[in-house]
Amino acid sequence: MLDPDLIRRTLDAALQRGADFAELFVEDVRSSSAALDDGRIEELVSGRDRGAGIRVVVGDTTGFAHTADLSEPGLLETARVAAAAARDGGGGVRQVAAGTVVAHRAAAIAVDPASVGKAEKVALLQRADHAARAAHRAVSQVAARYGDVRRRVLIANSDGVLVGDDLTKTSFSVSAVAKGDAGLQTGRMSVGRVAGFELFDRYDVDELARGAAERAVRKLDARPAPSGTLAVVIAGGSGGVLFHEACGHGLEADLVNKGASVFAGRKGELVASPLVTLIDDGTLPGEWGYFGYDDEGQPAQRNVLIEQGVLTDFMYDHLRARDDRRRPTGNGRRQSYRHLPMVRMTNTYINGGDDDPAAIIAGTDHGVYVAQLGGGQVNTASGDFVFGMTEAYLIEHGEITEPLRDGNLIGNGPAALAAIDAVGNDFSMGYPGTCGKDGQGVPVGMGTPTLRVPALTVGGTAA
Amino acid sequence: MSADLTDIATGLARQARAGEHIEVAVGRGVSTTVKAYGGQVESFTSAESFGVGVRVLVERDGGMAQGFAHAGSFDADVLAETLQDARDNAGFAEADPWQGLAEPDGVAAVVQELWDDRLAAFPTERKTELALELERATRSWSPKVKGVRVASYGDSSSEFALASTAGIGSAGRATSAWLSVSCMAGDETETHMGYGVDVARQPGGLDLEAVAEEAADQAVRLIGARQVPSQRLTLVLEPKLAATMLAIIGSMLCGDAVVKGRTPFADRLGQSIASPLLTLVDDPTDPRSMGADTFDGEGLACRRNVLIDQGELRAFLHNSYTARRAGARSTASAVRGSRSLPGVGPQALAVAPGSRPYEELLAGVDHGILVQSMSGLHSGVNTTSGDFSVGAEGLMIRNGVLAEPVREVTIASTLPRLLLDLVAVGAEIEWLPGGSGSAALVFGEIALSGS
Repeated sequence: MLDPDLIRRTLDAALQRGADFAELFVEDVRSSSAALDDGRIEELVSGRDRGAGIRVVVGDTTGFAHTADLSEPGLLETARVAAAAARDGGGGVRQVAAGTVVAHRAAAIAVDPASVGKAEKVALLQRADHAARAAHRAVSQVAARYGDVRRRVLIANSDGVLVGDDLTKTSFSVSAVAKGDAGLQTGRMSVGRVAGFELFDRYDVDELARGAAERAVRKLDARPAPSGTLAVVIAGGSGGVLFHEACGHGLEADLVNKGASVFAGRKGELVASPLVTLIDDGTLPGEWGYFGYDDEGQPAQRNVLIEQGVLTDFMYDHLRARDDRRRPTGNGRRQSYRHLPMVRMTNTYINGGDDDPAAIIAGTDHGVYVAQLGGGQVNTASGDFVFGMTEAYLIEHGEITEPLRDGNLIGNGPAALAAIDAVGNDFSMGYPGTCGKDGQGVPVGMGTPTLRVPALTVGGTAA
Repeated sequence: MSADLTDIATGLARQARAGEHIEVAVGRGVSTTVKAYGGQVESFTSAESFGVGVRVLVERDGGMAQGFAHAGSFDADVLAETLQDARDNAGFAEADPWQGLAEPDGVAAVVQELWDDRLAAFPTERKTELALELERATRSWSPKVKGVRVASYGDSSSEFALASTAGIGSAGRATSAWLSVSCMAGDETETHMGYGVDVARQPGGLDLEAVAEEAADQAVRLIGARQVPSQRLTLVLEPKLAATMLAIIGSMLCGDAVVKGRTPFADRLGQSIASPLLTLVDDPTDPRSMGADTFDGEGLACRRNVLIDQGELRAFLHNSYTARRAGARSTASAVRGSRSLPGVGPQALAVAPGSRPYEELLAGVDHGILVQSMSGLHSGVNTTSGDFSVGAEGLMIRNGVLAEPVREVTIASTLPRLLLDLVAVGAEIEWLPGGSGSAALVFGEIALSGS
């Protein structure tokens, strides 16, 4: 993406006033999307964005500047601005170390979306529209979206790292509105992978569309969710949101080191039920949070965070690892070249257990079965977290009965983790997610088998 | 500087071929962000960004087909490719009889001065000092404040220009500066978070002490918070959270949701949908709002729109597309950045104030909860079905007095129900960083879910 000599001159300029660390992050993103709504292909969008972010660290201070101008004068000026921002740290002028790590990774894709005609992409949307409307008379509105993005990055730093990564991702989502006597209801399905157009060999858009339509239609008869503390059985797949919120964020070293996590200082302690082994794994091929190198040039890693209930490690980026005098864990990520990296999750999941999912439901006398989860949010300091249920049912006497309207559930991370009393043998990864933190969104994957939390607070209105 | 943005926009729009209509939005901004932590500057970011978005509409099959492309650079080859991409995309979209560019509608612009030269004159060292001062002020507000996660100062200066083949040409520039802090309070056994923020056109307009106090007070007053049993009670929202609620309601009154049948209010125009106490106005010509602007995202003059008048639904917000489709006039409510198509949204949504001061409102609540933060707004609020269920923290209200702190509960209702349940609007309007203006709101009954 850039001439090696120019990379070296840019880093030299960044280090000219003395610094502990300098880094050049170059990014080139090309995206295309098509959207259908209201029976019409109404949006075709192409985007391109290219630029560089330069980071200079002096002591505890990071200077950062970014530019869309990748010419030599543009990069050298940006390096100068970043260095000035970090101010003089008193260190001497350093030379860039000879390249110790020089590598380039590219995720293998079978069919480059750029080689597929727009007409073919548009046809997928029309198929989804027809399938959703044909699924049920009550379907009153359908929206569908196709998207592909290719993100190429180059990361070079004063520790001698020089790596590149090249990821192509393709995604598809469909949402339906159903209209009934009691009002409107919604249903949604979305898929996405680090993959090309072969995504559609794996997923049938008609099936996704019918799934979204059926979800919306089923909820037309839904009754208000109960209010109060109940046993909650969470279906495999998207149930991984629970762990992302209940403990994932609290295991990010930047929050831990600032005392903003309930898990600070608890390494080696039992923080969850022994049934829980939690892993964050950026190496899972094809998953939404996969990458070859993180946005600081560290190779993706599989990190066991909780092993049989015991907290084994936190997630780290470059700066937090430096503070703790250890190696980073491949969790330094950023939304774009306009953003500073920070500690982020990749694909977060818990290992499958031994229980038969049907038996978990049958063994629940009264509770809620959450078949599909929406997003969630956590207050890492108190550990309180919420997540949305977008498809849920009442469990009565061990059986799934009536559908419930949408709502949030609330719980406390450490308490909920400790209480988990059943983990199924039906592990699967869920839908593609976007995790937001401090104003930056990054793609993440989540997965879980069916599991039960004996007491969570269901945020409904029924007594 | 604005001149060359306008040149870029008009230069591209001028390349329209026969049967083609083009709109170009161009933006440029410079920004600074300083984050303080532990008495030191944690990071200092200095940045310049560019954006260009090209919308091409092609006449076809009795309507127009739309294509869009955006890019983050003004290089000549990038601009040419962006126009070509948009053109190419239009070839694959379906013709829409209501699609088209905004046409000049003769409404005179109420010019808003959104640029303050004092920002450019503000020295860099002072920006750093403000972030450090904010951290210190938050920490020292109470011994119960255990730490500050981050204290930030930020500012931006941006310019924007729009040109279209329909004869629209608009340009503007704006400055803003902000302070924000998030802190932790508590003891060995518990920790709570608090957040404070202020925004102004220039740093001199920022109230640092108030930001520190907002964050620290929020965190400190939650110490000792517990889950309470499920119950029905009165809900009180201070202006900041009331504005969040109004923004959700505002999104349900937007033309795109209306014409596509995605809001329960779609066919309620002219009917009573809320308590007679509620009058809701979106007025970007009100200079008190940080959302004030001269032109909307399609270059039409911003204007005052009354959405709900004493409980009656009077109007929806429209951009030119949704207006054409609904048989209405654009309310100049197109919102966009240079990298996105014009959507529809409120810019300066505000309630008409009530007659009773906040203290009096509180004193009138026998059994209620003052909610100070809500979580899970993206997962628990469905503006199509109207379902509303969010996590909440706050203080119980007993016999008109603030009582014990509460956490790990949810509050739930439906959005149409909440509008009807409004029983009081405070007398003091507060203008909030997001551009909206609100007073405290009191809702008669909400379901709290706890132990």
